[in-house]
Amino acid sequence: MIEIGLQHYLILAAIIFTIGIIGIFLNRKNVIIILMSIELILLAVNINLVSFSIYLQNLTGQVFAMFILTVAAAEAAVGLAIIVIYYKNVGSIDVEEINSLKG
Amino acid sequence: MLAHSLFFYFFSTITVFSAIMLTISKNTIYSVFFLILVFISVSTLFIMIGAEFLGMIMLIVYVGAVAVLFLFVVMMLNITKQTTKKTNRKGFANYVSVGSIVGIIILLELIVVLGGWKYKSSFVVLSKTKSNLNLTNAHELGRVLYTDYIHLFQISGMILLVAMIGAITLTFSKKENIKKQNYFHQIQRERASAVELVDAENDKGVKIND
Repeated sequence: MIEIGLQHYLILAAIIFTIGIIGIFLNRKNVIIILMSIELILLAVNINLVSFSIYLQNLTGQVFAMFILTVAAAEAAVGLAIIVIYYKNVGSIDVEEINSLKG
Repeated sequence: MLAHSLFFYFFSTITVFSAIMLTISKNTIYSVFFLILVFISVSTLFIMIGAEFLGMIMLIVYVGAVAVLFLFVVMMLNITKQTTKKTNRKGFANYVSVGSIVGIIILLELIVVLGGWKYKSSFVVLSKTKSNLNLTNAHELGRVLYTDYIHLFQISGMILLVAMIGAITLTFSKKENIKKQNYFHQIQRERASAVELVDAENDKGVKIND
């Protein structure tokens, strides 16, 4: 318990990942919190990659984590742009009211 | 070692707490603040574990860019008023059961995977990019990133470019009733269409047709 190893970081990442998933399911207010939950999930993946990279003394994981960072930033930008234009057209980003696709 | 574990538990407790608060808080602005707190504490964890460069990059990219972007969008869209107007707990209750079941199953799966990893350590083949203990983390990462992964690096730059163009074209709106300078019209304008010579008679003036 005192010795912090790989397992601790992996369990932390698993908990954050799960919170992100549950946040996507439970959130009924607006789409922005769903985007933030997706950011949480990507962050958990990054924690996994970095901790394995340190554990194995292998830099590939950190390089990959940087690429995930890039993709996360791009995804946030495009998602927020979509939210802004949706709000401009419809006037609400309530999750309950976004049902044009009848999904 | 004790200090390391104390710091780990401190920061990871903050991370988990603020991740939970992010998902359940009523106000979206508070959610953004908790997102920033999650990012900062995870970047401190990265710095603690020895990935300093990635921790600093996390601070710059996530806290400095992504979280501020979220904050700007929340401020522009005026959502706080909207959420207080309409909060239906019925929908929340519908999704609580399914959501928590799926979440708990995923957590259990991840922990099972973690247990399985412990007995498979001989399975992993280490690649050539072993880290060198004499160099700093940023130095090592730069040596790998600009040589072995240069193509992936450039492709990630292209991804950022495409995202930028996509975001701009999505939110760009053409305004009516605004006169803009059009260079092609200006350059293509010729004497015949612009100037006209009229013989003006005395004491009668000139009729201007517009």
